[in-house]
This record gives sequence, C-alpha cells and structure tokens, in this order.
Amino acid sequence: MKKVRIGAAQGFYGDTIEPAVSTAEKGNVQYLCFDALAELTMAILVKDKKKNENAGYTKDISLQMKALLPYVKQKGIKLLTNGGGINPIGAQQEILRVAREMGINGLKVAVVTGDNVIDRLPEFLEKGYPLKHIESGEPVEEIKERLEFANAYIGAQPIVKALEAGADIVVTGRTTDTAQFLAPLIYEFGWGEEEWDKLASGVFMGHLLECSAQSTGGNYSGKWWEIEGFDKMGYPIAEVSENGDFIISKVEDRGGLVSVDTVKQQMLYEIHDPAAYITPDVVVDLSNVKLENVRPNQVKVTGVKGHPRTDTLKVVMGYENGYAGQVIVGFSWPDAMMKAKKVDEIIRIQLERNGLNYEEVRTDFMGYNSLSGPLAHDNQSELNEVFLRMTVRAKTKPEAAKFSRLFPPLALNGPPSMSGFTGNAAPRALLGMWSALLPREEVESQIQVEVAEV
Amino acid sequence: MAIVKLKEIAQARSGDKGNSINIGVFAPNQSIYQLLLTKLTTNTVKEHFSGLVKGKVTRYEMPNILAMNFVLTEALDGGGSSSLRLDNLGKCFGSNMLRMEIEVDDELLTDL
Repeated sequence: MKKVRIGAAQGFYGDTIEPAVSTAEKGNVQYLCFDALAELTMAILVKDKKKNENAGYTKDISLQMKALLPYVKQKGIKLLTNGGGINPIGAQQEILRVAREMGINGLKVAVVTGDNVIDRLPEFLEKGYPLKHIESGEPVEEIKERLEFANAYIGAQPIVKALEAGADIVVTGRTTDTAQFLAPLIYEFGWGEEEWDKLASGVFMGHLLECSAQSTGGNYSGKWWEIEGFDKMGYPIAEVSENGDFIISKVEDRGGLVSVDTVKQQMLYEIHDPAAYITPDVVVDLSNVKLENVRPNQVKVTGVKGHPRTDTLKVVMGYENGYAGQVIVGFSWPDAMMKAKKVDEIIRIQLERNGLNYEEVRTDFMGYNSLSGPLAHDNQSELNEVFLRMTVRAKTKPEAAKFSRLFPPLALNGPPSMSGFTGNAAPRALLGMWSALLPREEVESQIQVEVAEV
Repeated sequence: MAIVKLKEIAQARSGDKGNSINIGVFAPNQSIYQLLLTKLTTNTVKEHFSGLVKGKVTRYEMPNILAMNFVLTEALDGGGSSSLRLDNLGKCFGSNMLRMEIEVDDELLTDL
C-alpha cells in the first residue's frame, strides 16, 4: 500500500535547519515541509521590505536551500515553504539564485501569489464587505489608515497545482501553517475536495508537524528532564496512509521523544474549539482522535473527522500601533525587591514631573513576577537579585526613546547596587493585529501559480 | 484529602491567537480527568487568572484524550506584537495554570 512520508523542516522564522538535514539524510521522506510564518513574522517582513524592495521573505531561506538543494537533486525530495512571506516572488528568485550559485540545475521552483490583499481593501469595502474585527466586531475604518499588511490565509490547493506542474520546490506567502503538509497528500493520493475526513486528517498531521519539535518533546510540560538529546532534537516525521491515518516518528539518532503525551500536548496548541478547527480546506474535528504508542518513538493517529469548509477565508491585517520604550536594570541582595520598587516609584514621579504622558507604563520584576504577573505570590523579601523592567507605550518613536534616558543617573542617585543595566534599547514598533473574514472567491479568483526553472 | 498544585497531577501547554490564549490541560488517567472536570471550571479558571485575563473563559472537553482546552479572551494586553508584557506570546500561561491548587483524594495520588 502506498504511503507518503513527510518531514517537518521548520517551526518558525529563525528555527535551525539541522534536524531537517538529518531527516533528508536518514528519514526516508519524499517531502520536507516548512512553516515559517506567524502573525508577528509578517510584521517583521513588512519592515524588511520597506527598507529593501527585494526583501520581505524569510531570509533564512537562503541557508535552508543551501543545506537541502543537494537532497532535492539527489533524492527527489520536494520542499514546500510559506517563507515567501510578504514577497514570495522575491523568495523564488533567491532560491533560483542559490541553485545557480551551487551549480544545480534541472529544478522547477514554483511560486504562489494572491494572498496579499492590501491593495484590494478599497475594492472589498466598496463591494460591501465590512472586514469587521473577528473578535470585537469593530469596523475596520478605525485602523484603515495605519495598515501595514493584509494577507488572506489560503489553503493547500494552489500548492497542489504547483506539484501537478512538476515543481520540486514550492514557495508561498500566507498559506496556512498546515497547507504545506496537506498539499502533498492531496497530490499523491488524489484526495477529492470533499473527502472531508481525509483532508482533516492531513491538516491535523500538519498541525502536529508545523511547530517542529513541539511534538517530539520540545516545550514538554511533563517530565521534561527525562527527555534526552535537547542539544540535537529530531523533528517529527509523518508516514501517512491513503485513508488519512498516520504515524508520527523522528530520525532515531536525534534527540527528543515521540509519545502519546508529547504528541497530545501539541494537539491542542493554538486551537480554540477542538471540534471545529477552521482551515481554508476543511473544518477539522478532533473529538474522536485516538493516539496510540505503536513502537518506541512511534505514535499512531486515527479517528480525525472533517466537516465541509466554510465560505469565507480569514484575512489578517497588521496596523501600526505606537512604540514601546523599555529599560531593564538589576538590583542585588539585600532588599533587592525593595530597591527595584523604589526605582519604579522614582521613575513614575519623574515621568509626571517631566510631563511625559505615556499611554501605558508597565512595571515587571524579572526574577519575581515578569512571566506570571499577579499570579506570583511567593516570598519576595529574600530574593538574591531582581531585575526591574519598565516599559512604556508611546505614540511616536522619539517619545518612546525619551523614557530610557531617565535611568542612567539612578546608578548614582538612587538606591544602592543598581547594576546590570542592559543599555538603552531602541524603541520597538508595536503592531496591532486585525483579523476579518472575506468571501473565499474574492481571494481565490486572484491566486496564481507560476513555475520557473533553473 | 490533600491539597496539591495542579502541576503535580496534570500537564499543560498554552499558545496565542490574536489577543486570546488557549491552554490545553492534560490528565494522566480517567479518575483525575473526572476530578479536574469538577475543579477546573470556567469560573475557577477565570478567578485564577484575574489580573491577567480581562475577557471570558470557555472550556472545551476532550474525553478522547483526557484533556480540556481553555480559551481565554482579552488575555494578552492587546496581542503578541502589541503587548508590553514580557510573555507577549502567552507561552507561560500553561505553567501559570499549573499553579492552581486542587483538593484531591489521597488514593488518586497513589496511582500516579
């Protein structure tokens, strides 16, 4: 019986490529699939593109291609990535350039476009689509003038088209995190557009693979100290059957653990209703999923159900939302916390006196409550050290920059043993996210797949 | 009866979507799952996260994997790229969930 083997290659922009190289070498896979994008990533890529018209894709694509193109050529492994970000054509050109530089030819590199809808927003509004915020219901007019990007989440079908056109590598923009993983299954098994259970199985497989080691023991909240090989984690591999059932494993000699528990933790990650996980291709129902340890480091997944896809696609828009200024300074025992609190008090008095009216001033005590906020409640009087972190929300960059200038004098003027000043970090642009729904045909009618050969 | 931190009897992982957070909570066996269904209600979870979560809490039950999925809205001070929080992606909500204190029959603890 035909099986398709797919390896996870990347869980986010900045991930290491080493595990994917191991999978290419020893994992016996036909496809390596990448998820390079997150809401925040799009914002970073927009900034890159503003500085340089040719940028706007995830820059690590060059290193990834250098590492993997030899396997594409020798073993026929296909690479599918949404690392095109805000500039998929730029990414395609970069992949072709790397191939030429390496002296590799006879490869087809496809690009999918049409997800970027920022220039079409006036048209959508004119047609009467309000693009209301999916959570709050607010009208998009509130932030329309401040938009930085707007991309529709598109599904696996355009990638399938690229594979049908013979592509060895497919690069896209905002295809969903799971689309790269589902597409090879539709292509290889010829799954129909209404075989909901199979499509749902493919999406769920992608969901388990798209965060790389998060299903092979990374970020595991159980007995994580018993997991071996964090220094060389293996990324998940799925072996999928025609009926959609699949087995998750990893390359044996890499670190990590594939167990019902490690897989289960990834199962609900960033999902809301597990009985209705909406994707462009299918609505996934995980209520009947069964996980089973079949062999060491092998978990079998069955029972995924699917329901008909919705008529809409989600559009995610990022808008400029002010600047953050931040300072971190440390204080040592004795009375570390008391000193930090005193400096917080001093700074707030100075803010008022200097007429710096920030929209928000936030204080965290790193080492005490910066990751748990009001939930921290253990003894704070005997801390060995604590770092005061203060952050402000400002309308403009210069306003945010003023904030950190208040701190250096306190090294001499304030409570004793203020140390570990990390320098004046440049203000960081804040970006609001706006998600809205749009009829799918508005986007899908504009999607294009183009293939170039090197 | 004993009072234990949820950490002693369950696992959790959290993630973000916009200004919302989801927390998957996983029980090691059926009896602890049944106990957690009574202890981890939308009200107790909302109460536990007061000060961090402004919106509402929804609970989805997943008896097939002995898990619950909690969705917390208005939980991230505006969402990942807009939040001033250090944990701007909500990765620590899972750990913070595990601080909850739960009253447990001693015999349930011996099974672990």
